[in-house]
Amino acid sequence: MSIQITIDGQPVAAEEGHNLVDVAAENGVYIPTLCYLKGHPCLGTCRVCSVRVNGHVAAACSVPVADGMQVEVETTELADMRKALIEFLFSEGNHNCPSCEKSGRCDLQATGYEVGMMVSRFPYRFPVRERAVVADHIWLERDRCIFCQRCVEFIRDRKTDQKIFSIKGRGSTAQIEINTELANAMPPEQVREAADICPVGCILEKGVGFNDPIGQRKFEIQSVRERALGDKKK
Amino acid sequence: MNNKIQAIIQRYQADRTRLLDMLWELHYLYGYLPDKALSELAAGLNLSVDDVRETSSFYHYFHDHPTGRYTLYLSNTVIARMNGYQQVLAALERETGAPVGGMDESGTFSLYETPCIGLSDQEPAMLVDDVVFTRLTPEKVSDIIRQLKRGRSPAEIANPKALPEDEVAYVDQLIDTPVCKTGEVFFQQQDDYAGLLQNALDAGPDAVIGIMTSAGLRGHGGAGFSTGLKWRLCREAPGAAKYVICNADEGEPGTFKDRALLTRSPQAVFMGMILAASAIGAREGIIYLRREYIYLKAYLEKQLQQFREQGLLGDRILGRAGFCFDIRIQMGAGAYICGDESALIESCEGKRGTPRVKPPYPVQQGYLGMPTCVNNVETLAAVTRVMQQGADWYQGLGTDDSRGCRLLSVSGDCLRPGIYEIEWGTTLNQVLSLVGAADPWAVQVSGPSGECVAVGKSGERRFGYGDLCCNGSLMIFNRSRDLLDIVHHFMQFFVDESCGICTPCRAGNIDLRDKVERIMAGRGCQQDLDEIVSWGSLVRSTSRCGLGGSSPNPILTTLQQFPEIYQAKLVQQQGALLPSFDLDKALQGNEQARIELTQTELTALPEVTK
Ligand SMILES: Cc1cc2nc3c(=O)[nH]c(=O)nc-3n(C[C@H](O)[C@H](O)[C@H](O)COP(=O)(O)O)c2cc1C
Ligand code: SF4
Ligand code: SF4
Ligand code: FES
Repeated sequence: MSIQITIDGQPVAAEEGHNLVDVAAENGVYIPTLCYLKGHPCLGTCRVCSVRVNGHVAAACSVPVADGMQVEVETTELADMRKALIEFLFSEGNHNCPSCEKSGRCDLQATGYEVGMMVSRFPYRFPVRERAVVADHIWLERDRCIFCQRCVEFIRDRKTDQKIFSIKGRGSTAQIEINTELANAMPPEQVREAADICPVGCILEKGVGFNDPIGQRKFEIQSVRERALGDKKK
Repeated sequence: MNNKIQAIIQRYQADRTRLLDMLWELHYLYGYLPDKALSELAAGLNLSVDDVRETSSFYHYFHDHPTGRYTLYLSNTVIARMNGYQQVLAALERETGAPVGGMDESGTFSLYETPCIGLSDQEPAMLVDDVVFTRLTPEKVSDIIRQLKRGRSPAEIANPKALPEDEVAYVDQLIDTPVCKTGEVFFQQQDDYAGLLQNALDAGPDAVIGIMTSAGLRGHGGAGFSTGLKWRLCREAPGAAKYVICNADEGEPGTFKDRALLTRSPQAVFMGMILAASAIGAREGIIYLRREYIYLKAYLEKQLQQFREQGLLGDRILGRAGFCFDIRIQMGAGAYICGDESALIESCEGKRGTPRVKPPYPVQQGYLGMPTCVNNVETLAAVTRVMQQGADWYQGLGTDDSRGCRLLSVSGDCLRPGIYEIEWGTTLNQVLSLVGAADPWAVQVSGPSGECVAVGKSGERRFGYGDLCCNGSLMIFNRSRDLLDIVHHFMQFFVDESCGICTPCRAGNIDLRDKVERIMAGRGCQQDLDEIVSWGSLVRSTSRCGLGGSSPNPILTTLQQFPEIYQAKLVQQQGALLPSFDLDKALQGNEQARIELTQTELTALPEVTK
């Protein structure tokens, strides 16, 4: 059913129940996201897509649009909230972008640039996190994990449907585990898929890295905002 | 192949959603969850072993390392700390030889701290395996440990008369249940449940829902959602099956009123569930009982059995072919977040207690994806009373926005801690004089997730959804108490209990706690307070669930009601450096590192250039 909502005061037509991030993008409004992966169920973990819906702060990726909804995206307050959430992720882990295999292709880095982040307002924690290097073709550089849950929710063993990636522990000390046996059974294209859906440089393919020359990397060719908006960019 | 593990898998028909129960059985078998046993369980359920560990590693009471023959959990609440907690802990460490979080050398004792176990009116208290000891002193601890070492079991010590575990006398042997003031709604004598249910079934679901709605009954779990509306939404939601869940997780530090209801009026709670089931069309119900209340389980099972024998549960309830409903008890495994209804549902499905993304709401897609009605223990007890006395009667109690009564769990600096039933609309001062609080200074209303109020400023505020909203926890502090220390303790609680799935709560609570530490250490300045307010509101508004939505409250509400305790600790910034920056500490080891580095560089130089 076709409905009407407003985004920052502008009337917008949309299909009822469609995801607010998508509806906004279709209408040229960029809402930053990190965990949301179009076509997959909403994870709602990063909260970087926070906007106001009818006066209340909500994660846009978890909002199905409904008639008459009033959405605010571009206020100073909300922009700063989103920036702060990205800053949390930088201070929680160890993100040394210049030496990272994912640099230039990393969603976190690109989104950080996009929201104008210079340095985290929160104290850097410099956590000590162990790498997982045992599997044959894939490894985890946990320093960079932002705990988005994409790998846990969207990658499964093709034969048994078992989880290859999983969480261990809870709260701030929880970490992602990789099941070696199942990881070794991953076909090469699934290894690549896992490395690709990881928004940061945590899941990496062994033997591959720094392949794209500086200046020709993913987000240098097209910014994260341009990619999100497609041909709808303002 | 281990026969015992295979038997467990068979008993639960390899049903992955019963993983919590299977993990409990393994845990009882080995005292912890050994890798080999987990692997075998995983294989039997077609899960990767990491997937099983994903669930088990979420819960405080599941251990992945061997534990001692006896496992001791000392409740570390702020109330316990006001009543000799430190001395009790020291005595426990001394007598058992086990350090906190570890095991003694002989493998006899494991000792842990744990958040509130629902006994704030008789702290310090500890769980030892499946029994509990209250009002601990160092002498009492020495005695208990000595007896354990001599070979008496925890059950023998706690229950010397060997009362059967399924009797209320057993529960009374272990703990006190001081109901200091009853009112019109709770703890009522009720003999004719069959007649009550008969009337409800004759009236039909719409009428029952209508009674709850016009009575104005609102949920007692905290959020205050209209019970009638919740039931209607659940009834109308499409689904092949519907479920009723009783939320007996009671994790909010300072509350113990659900424990009192389950001890004194369990059947009123069950009847509330049966009425809910008849209203929404459910065939199955679950009581999610927190692991800390394990000593109630046998008693509750027996009470349920009595209901079955009376034809109030099971197939063809009261002889009606169309009405089948039964209740099972799901034990939790230690996680405050499992009190959140969607996390609780995940836990019932054998998973981590991660709050779900909403929508869909539980009334639309809850347990096993079906419409589910989650109600608090106290709500369900009130339902039974409303059904008995009628909507008009209930409407006459309380205030316009808050009908009826509320149970308060009172603890802290007062003469008579315990359970009090008050009508909504009662003032804080009235409650304080009722409980014999001689010199109250601050009151923590609704536990850490609620608000801390200054009695001087807020004494005339009234309990009710429009003013002093209260989930049942009331902790009283007099002037001798260190509020900042209490705030810090509450923040640590949220750090420990955050499920960690969303960024602001996982990361932000740590930063907020660290700010409190900085201020307590006398290294905070005005900028720190400004950042607390700004970061606190960020965490509150962007978090996924109500935990992060309320975790900054301990700081934000004390800052608002007691600004002077913060101001007194602040220091002025001198020069360019923030007072929190410790230059000496930052440079510590620098000189040594420089020397070592130059030496390595020298030795690393090629021979010729030396
Ligand atoms: C972090 C958190 C903890 C909660 N703990 C409890 C609890 O221990 N008991 C409870 O009944 N409700 C608790 N709730 C509220 C439940 O989510 C839910 O609203 C309630 O069980 C609904 O029942 P009611 O409508 O009868 O109040 C909690 C909510 C949150 C966000
Ligand atoms: S490893 Fe990557 S995909 Fe998985 S949770 Fe961490 S950041 Fe997300
Ligand atoms: S707010 Fe905290 S407890 Fe709730 S989902 Fe987020 S991390 Fe988990
Ligand atoms: S993109 Fe919406 S919560 Fe992560």
